[in-house]
Amino acid sequence: MTARGPKANYKLGRKVAPYFYLSPSLLVVGLLMLLPMGMVITYSFQESAVLRPDTSFAGFKHYRAIFGDEVFWASLWHTLYFTIASVVAHMTIGLAFALMLNSDRISPMLRSVLRVLYILPWLFTQVIIAVIWRLLLDPNGVVNSILIDLGIIGSKVEWFSSVETALHAVTFANIWAGYPLFMVSLLAGLQGIPKDLYEAADIDGATGPQKLFFITIPQLMPIIVSISLLDFIWTMQVFPLIWLTTGGGPIYATEVLSTYTYKLAFSQYNLAQAAASAVTILLISIGLTLFYIRHQKAR
Amino acid sequence: MKTSRAMTLLKGATAIWLLGATGAMAQTTLEFSQWWEPELPKGSLRAIMDDFEKENPDIKVDLISGPYATTRDQIAIGAASGTMSDVVGLDGAWVNSLSAQNAIADMNPLMESTDFDKSQVADIIKIDDKAVMFPVASFVYPLFVNLDFAKEAGVTGLPSTRAEFLEAAKKMTNADANKYGWALPLSLQSPSSVLNDMMSWVWASGESMMADGKPALEGAPVLDMLTFVKDLNDAGVISPGIASKTEQEKVEEFVNGRIGMMVDTLAHVNLIRERNPDLNFDVIPMPVVEGYEGKRGMAYASWGIGISESTEHKDEAWKLVQYMMREDVNARLVSLANAFPGNVNAKPDFVTSDPVFAKAFEIFQAGYLANEFTGLPEAVDLMRQFDVETQKMLEGQQTPEETAAAAQAKWIEKF
Repeated sequence: MTARGPKANYKLGRKVAPYFYLSPSLLVVGLLMLLPMGMVITYSFQESAVLRPDTSFAGFKHYRAIFGDEVFWASLWHTLYFTIASVVAHMTIGLAFALMLNSDRISPMLRSVLRVLYILPWLFTQVIIAVIWRLLLDPNGVVNSILIDLGIIGSKVEWFSSVETALHAVTFANIWAGYPLFMVSLLAGLQGIPKDLYEAADIDGATGPQKLFFITIPQLMPIIVSISLLDFIWTMQVFPLIWLTTGGGPIYATEVLSTYTYKLAFSQYNLAQAAASAVTILLISIGLTLFYIRHQKAR
Repeated sequence: MKTSRAMTLLKGATAIWLLGATGAMAQTTLEFSQWWEPELPKGSLRAIMDDFEKENPDIKVDLISGPYATTRDQIAIGAASGTMSDVVGLDGAWVNSLSAQNAIADMNPLMESTDFDKSQVADIIKIDDKAVMFPVASFVYPLFVNLDFAKEAGVTGLPSTRAEFLEAAKKMTNADANKYGWALPLSLQSPSSVLNDMMSWVWASGESMMADGKPALEGAPVLDMLTFVKDLNDAGVISPGIASKTEQEKVEEFVNGRIGMMVDTLAHVNLIRERNPDLNFDVIPMPVVEGYEGKRGMAYASWGIGISESTEHKDEAWKLVQYMMREDVNARLVSLANAFPGNVNAKPDFVTSDPVFAKAFEIFQAGYLANEFTGLPEAVDLMRQFDVETQKMLEGQQTPEETAAAAQAKWIEKF
């Protein structure tokens, strides 16, 4: 055996040092994220997780059970509708309000007031948002009263209690709660677009819509894509708003993957199937996250 | 001289420290997890525990308190991981699964070893002959009636039968003025309305949703109840928003004079008075099917108590359970909670001081407590499944017969 020379030690030290500095973060990430994730994945392959002693290997039994459950597919469809509609509306409303707040045609005083008003929904927690919309959309609530007075509806609509309207109603509440993120991000983006692009367009005789579609939106596209992907991931996992407004009902009209998983875990105490459902959500989220990372790298 | 004095002092201090340490080691600390403390006047449960500690200086009680749902989830997880508190507050809907996991102790041996007088306990919840829970306090669910509302609507006698209830509800309903006869909160967030607002009609007439320990939802009692609820819905006497309405919203509607009648827990009497001191209301027994004259079952929910199977201090835990069930302590607790006692000899003070409670106590004594969900497997999920099927019926997707059959098929899988 030969002793390591100082040069070899130095080289080893250089190699190890970054991992040493990273070790606190790696430890925290491992304990708080990877370990629970690994445990949930393990549970999804066990015969009976956590609550019963039978932890024998069950293969894909729980996955087959949830994929064979029509409520799971309904939940998946509702999740996609809720998420896509929310993200598209967040983007549209956020862009519209950002353009409004960036416009010179509105006085600075009014712009300041609108900025505060428009950002308000972002300040509320999901529980408060659920309470607000439960009150507003109550059959005897303000929304019905206004719509009846305006002659838009003839009788009281049970927004959260009717199979036809419940999913649209919770989606609407979520749209209201989430557009400020887009608005703030796009407003920051708008303020960074060079003015000379618009001046050149004016010289070329471009109309307002042309400037919007050929300058503004292309310039904002990196922000739009990034925020949309993040919003897609977050919205797909929304639980409190739906739980507190409809509980996944009426019947299964607003059942989404998060409420479906919660009921499996804490109503049926079937934690193995709940784990399988959670892993399915995890896989979808990972797919979207990879897409997001690729997009960020491409930038 | 100085040195020997210092040594004496040091020896004395060591002796005191050792005595203290030995004393502390001899003291047992019990964990008692429950959801009761936040629902009782501030500090009152702690005061009861302080008195227990005075009587048992070798036992200290740590209260682990949280909202009902949090406590339920904590107990479920604690049962699985063997970390459940020594003494636990229980709901009858949980005990089946906890007993199946062997997480709650059989109190029969403890009762026998201490010659516990079983006759003083109002009920003992048993699973496979194991005594797993005592109801400490029971919250009964009579029918609340807004008397001024009824009078304005021309309802002369308060309803005693289902037909009279339907008639009264029709008279009270004026949809244009946002006034309705009854409320049915079927939110899936918490499906306990199936117990309180639906099955209570079955039990009131001395009937049952079970037969030979199995669900019998297609039998006449449940089918008649479903048909009755559908009739109420078709008559438009139920306040709108049924499928997303919660129990709290039902109480709010009653407090605001928007519904004339509701089935509700007696525990809400003070809340109703606080929210609307001018509300003139009374409680009456649940209406029954025509011709029934027997004893009326009264739906109830209870604060139950049990002992963890994995506790290392079973004897001390049993002392605490005995203490909570003792006549004077039980009367003190239920007086604070506005509940009926778990000890048959305990007399809560509100029974004599408050006419509404006095009336409810009369109803309670004339009938019997009924809650067939106690001890059923996955009771909350059974309620949720029944809730979903009822919602389908009220949406017009199925008949009461189809509703009963669909719920029966789902329930039977759990047995």
